[in-house]
Amino acid sequence: MSAGASDRPTFNNGLVRWVEHRLPVFSTTRAFLVDYPAPRNLSYLWNFGSLAGIVLVIQILTGIVLAMYYVPHVDHAFESVERIMRDVNFGWLLRYSHANGASMFFIVVYIHMFRGLYYGSYKAPRELLWMLGVVILLLMMATAFMGYVLPWGQMSFWGATVITNLFSAIPIVGDGIVTWLWGGFSVDQPTLNRFFSLHYLLPFAIVAVVMLHMIALHEHGSNNPLGIERKSPKDSIPFHPYYTVKDLFGLGVFLLVFGWFVFYSPNLLGHPDNYIPANPLATPAHIVPEWYFLPYYAILRAITFDVLFIPAKLMGVILMFGSILVLFVLPWLDTSPVRSARFRPIYKLFFWILVADSVLLGYLGSQPPEGIYVVLAQIGTAYYFFHFLILLPLLGKLERPKPLPHSISQPVLPSGAAATPAE
Amino acid sequence: MAETQSPAAGHPEDAGDRRDFLYLLAGATTAVGAAAMVWPLIDSMNPSADVLALASVEVDLSGMEPGQRITVKWRGKPVFIWNRTEDAIEGARSVDLAELPDPQPDEERVLEPQWLVVVGVCTHLGCVPLGQQGDVVGDYGGWFCPCHGSHYDQSGRIRRGPAPQNLVVPEYEFIDEQTVRIG
Repeated sequence: MSAGASDRPTFNNGLVRWVEHRLPVFSTTRAFLVDYPAPRNLSYLWNFGSLAGIVLVIQILTGIVLAMYYVPHVDHAFESVERIMRDVNFGWLLRYSHANGASMFFIVVYIHMFRGLYYGSYKAPRELLWMLGVVILLLMMATAFMGYVLPWGQMSFWGATVITNLFSAIPIVGDGIVTWLWGGFSVDQPTLNRFFSLHYLLPFAIVAVVMLHMIALHEHGSNNPLGIERKSPKDSIPFHPYYTVKDLFGLGVFLLVFGWFVFYSPNLLGHPDNYIPANPLATPAHIVPEWYFLPYYAILRAITFDVLFIPAKLMGVILMFGSILVLFVLPWLDTSPVRSARFRPIYKLFFWILVADSVLLGYLGSQPPEGIYVVLAQIGTAYYFFHFLILLPLLGKLERPKPLPHSISQPVLPSGAAATPAE
Repeated sequence: MAETQSPAAGHPEDAGDRRDFLYLLAGATTAVGAAAMVWPLIDSMNPSADVLALASVEVDLSGMEPGQRITVKWRGKPVFIWNRTEDAIEGARSVDLAELPDPQPDEERVLEPQWLVVVGVCTHLGCVPLGQQGDVVGDYGGWFCPCHGSHYDQSGRIRRGPAPQNLVVPEYEFIDEQTVRIG
């Protein structure tokens, strides 16, 4: 930033100038939220990044207030949550907003990610931008998982038991790690207490990574539905007012959906068993995670056979984590130089198959692990990895993309403008 | 460097090497020091003294009918105790060990053939298997884990499903004929 000091906007207000001279907050804010040149052709799918940021803020604000009433103790946690629901002023609103906000966060982020997959937003020079996003997803998953444990219902307890036990699959040190995570010999008071501590901490870690995500984004700017680089200033429009107003409109629509969940069906996405206090001696008949973890859960349970020398349990864990870790190397697995699926007819088809596969895995994760469900989960898991590890590297070499437009302006301007020379 | 054969101290051309050495030494010391400071943070998350000091549990078995199963809580986990009938003992011992995923003869899993004592935690992902009420016992007459479908036999051994190991036999001893101490 220091190199561009002379390019900074000048401010009329004397106090602003005084602060700006010592700490360039005003010029930085302007650069990110006002002047930021964005491609002129962004669709509504580009709303979901800023939307995710807003949901994160909602989660942090409601969470801070909830933490003033919540008691992280095995004897009091469940009741303190019920007290929030019944006795604390607007406690029901805070808790339902926070619980449904987590689901909204995942919906928004999943759409944001599939947008990136469809338009090739992860390709050079935006690989680190994409990888930082995957880090945010992992942090979100850890935060959401630990948050779900806090009400100390049956699903809280048994979800925590099943997920922490995943680490026991690691050879040799696995059991030691699980004992370390628990701080005891089962999920108990030390576990609940530390999960609360980490659940409060991690969102701020997410904020930090989001800032890095923003810095990386602004280095090369947003990708766009055509997936081609901007060639002239005509291809860009300033973020404010064009995209601030578009993002605000999207926010309004989002809040309608969010409000419908919070006010009309606040428990639709939850599980009734979590209104039963945790009982370490009785496992519910069907343990299911929250909906946003179901596809990974299906992958975990799909492996019912040993693979070479790797036991089934370890293989399930490896593939479950692998299903996310593979996204880290996605920019190098996809060998096609064309970003947008608009110009990749075959990739476009397989993209939608991947979406269907993910939804299918989500459904299978909610079903009992027996019979046809296991077989389908095995097929779905195999296809998921086939898409990333085999199809994408080959497709970039075999597919013939459609011709790319000359510039971002060309397809939207009258035909005469097509003759505009590129710079 | 050509001078490596004569490591004469103070030689101007050796100055770089000495710097390198000091640099590495300082770096290594810092790394060890940092690790030593991080360890208490990590180790503090391991079970604390009061958790480790959890008393062992003594269970009176005198009131148990043949075939009855009871659950006791030990270290926050359920322990299954089964007063096995002759049929069940016979069933557990007539199994061909070669067909077990985690082969172990029943004789090694009990102190007294009549009493099977196992930790009631599925070795897959830690659910509590069903079977204590006698209604759902799985396909092998022992226990069935509803979470991911593992079947255990009359010795608590894994027979089918994703669990890799037999139900764990905790450390226990008989204080007298009718009393067992677990832990």
